[in-house]
Amino acid sequence: MQTLYDKLWQSHLVHEESDKPDGMALIYIDRHLVHEVTSPQAFEGLKLAGRKPWRLDSILAVADHNVPTTGRDHGIKDPISRLQVDTLDQNCEELGITEFRMNDRRQGIVHVIGPEQGATLPGMTVVCGDSHTSTHGAFACLAFGIGTSEVEHVLATQCLLMKRAKTMQVSVEGELGHGVTAKDIALAVIGEIGTAGGTGFAIEFSGSAIRALSMEGRMTLCNMAIEAGARAGMVAVDDTTIEYLGGRPFAPKGERWEKAAAYWRTLKTDEGASFDKIVWVDAAQVKPQVTWGTSPEMVTTIDGRVPDPAQITDIVKRHDMERALKYMGLAPNTPISEIRPDKIFIGSCTNARIEDLRTAAEVVKGRHIAANIKLAMVVPGSGLVKHQAEQEGLDKIFREAGFEWREPGCSMCLAMNDDRLESGERCASTSNRNFEGRQGPGGRTHLVSPAMAAAAAVAGHFVDVRELY
Amino acid sequence: MKKFDFCDGLVAPLDRANVDTDAIIPKQFLKSIKRSGFGLNLFDEWRYLDHGEPGMDASQRVLNPDFILNLPRYHGAQILLARANFGCGSSREHAPWALQDYGFQVIIAPSFADIFFNNCFKIGLLPIVLDAGSVDKLFHEVEATEGYRLAVHLQDQSVTAPAGKTFFFDIDPFRKHSLLKGLDEIGLTLQHSDKIKAFEEKHRAAQPWLFA
Ligand code: SF4
Repeated sequence: MQTLYDKLWQSHLVHEESDKPDGMALIYIDRHLVHEVTSPQAFEGLKLAGRKPWRLDSILAVADHNVPTTGRDHGIKDPISRLQVDTLDQNCEELGITEFRMNDRRQGIVHVIGPEQGATLPGMTVVCGDSHTSTHGAFACLAFGIGTSEVEHVLATQCLLMKRAKTMQVSVEGELGHGVTAKDIALAVIGEIGTAGGTGFAIEFSGSAIRALSMEGRMTLCNMAIEAGARAGMVAVDDTTIEYLGGRPFAPKGERWEKAAAYWRTLKTDEGASFDKIVWVDAAQVKPQVTWGTSPEMVTTIDGRVPDPAQITDIVKRHDMERALKYMGLAPNTPISEIRPDKIFIGSCTNARIEDLRTAAEVVKGRHIAANIKLAMVVPGSGLVKHQAEQEGLDKIFREAGFEWREPGCSMCLAMNDDRLESGERCASTSNRNFEGRQGPGGRTHLVSPAMAAAAAVAGHFVDVRELY
Repeated sequence: MKKFDFCDGLVAPLDRANVDTDAIIPKQFLKSIKRSGFGLNLFDEWRYLDHGEPGMDASQRVLNPDFILNLPRYHGAQILLARANFGCGSSREHAPWALQDYGFQVIIAPSFADIFFNNCFKIGLLPIVLDAGSVDKLFHEVEATEGYRLAVHLQDQSVTAPAGKTFFFDIDPFRKHSLLKGLDEIGLTLQHSDKIKAFEEKHRAAQPWLFA
């Protein structure tokens, strides 16, 4: 009896460095996604050592972090950003790596385009020099972020040296309320186990609430596994997985498709297999979540209040909380619903897929952003998501409500391009990290679901989106 | 990779938990396509009062006098003492690069984030996990004693305090060996090329759709 993680590990094991179960092992990598920020030094290292990529057809590259979300025809203004993107283009061209360039309609955030293209398939090991690679685990992949030295290692050898993780099951049973989403499950779990709760573990999300989620929702959940400290998150294959993949450009066709699908259906934890740790969540109890601090674990429900450090006995914890509240400009005991954002960001690899845009549009439809909102923007996860949304008229809904409709990329999730918060500005953001300075130096981030970001945009303060339907 | 066997170094304490990689090296510096030069911008937003951008002349910038690494008594520190979940957040290897470039050779904490921990070994920066009680004790001692140093021996897996108290730490034997010798891991893996090729053939036969 094996867990899904055990199956994925076993089916990629090339070599073990020691006979101890927790020793280092060589694991074969099926899919290597590459972006411009963490790859230049790896390509350089490869070249300096006179090595070549082991398997070109395993690599898919795209520039996403530095790309502008407006005025693309004029190229990238910032010369350092431009150099980084040009370097990726050059490396891919020189080595013959498939890349979606900035003006390709298929361009987008690396974790959005992998699944969208069917370049992420069940049973794969997927790596990228990016911690949110955990996203791809939604397809029953073993998917995790790696550093630049490891990017070079995978380029050169198609393998990675790693240690087997412990396994954690997050079991979410029951039905989510309308307006409560995968993002809320993710934040609630992180609030429960903490940002280090998953350290050393690979998390499998299971239960009836997970099976009821779309692939978009599952990706949101696995995306945030890293925010719980787990390098990998995953969900077993079911009909939803297979339906999503049918007809995608990189997915197998015809007879191969049948054979693949049959294999994929075996990618689930065997009944009776045991996990090192289990966390139970009652879906019906999950409420919309809002973070109030500078770590994703600093989170509460929309009907909650900013906590009071005076109530905390652990000194390190109390200091962290005080520091976070000072940075966030929040007083203890403030009701969450009285917090007023200046900016709204709907985007990122967590929540910029078509379903996310649909749920946000449902809330803003026929409404307008509040007077205190300086900027509300939607940054679709990819060119194809943008196109699909436009086909459905979502761009019109957003524009009429006062939102800006942008070109795809990471954008204000980490503010490497021009999209950023000014110091002291407060943002309702659908991204995944509320660290100090993440969305711009001095910027204050509140993580929420797309529906909750949309609700905050029209109300001018955080509000329970369930009251707006 | 840089070789590591021994370090007798000045200790600097960074007394906060969940120090993330955005704090260790903010994103604007990730635009560099080089591997070096990140030390100047280590902890940039805490260390300087003005906003840092790549290419700025560090000597013209305004230091934050309250930030721990700016206190003269911690200048030249080679060992960073930290709290739980150090290095959480992104996979950027720029974070260990910046710590190493600044001069740190060892980081001691009760726990580290997985990817960061892993990345450190790739460049010869040694992350040491000690239990929270011991780390707490070290924090007290460092803060109480100017010029506090620790001696770290990788071979014995030990950290020795000035008064002679020694703490032992765990490390994977493969990692230890690679660090002590400063081995090139890619070169090591390529010694298994035949095994990788054999695996690949088997894998292709079983799941041909994974190969173009
Ligand atoms: S959207 Fe944000 S979290 Fe996702 S890959 Fe881009 S920068 Fe990273």
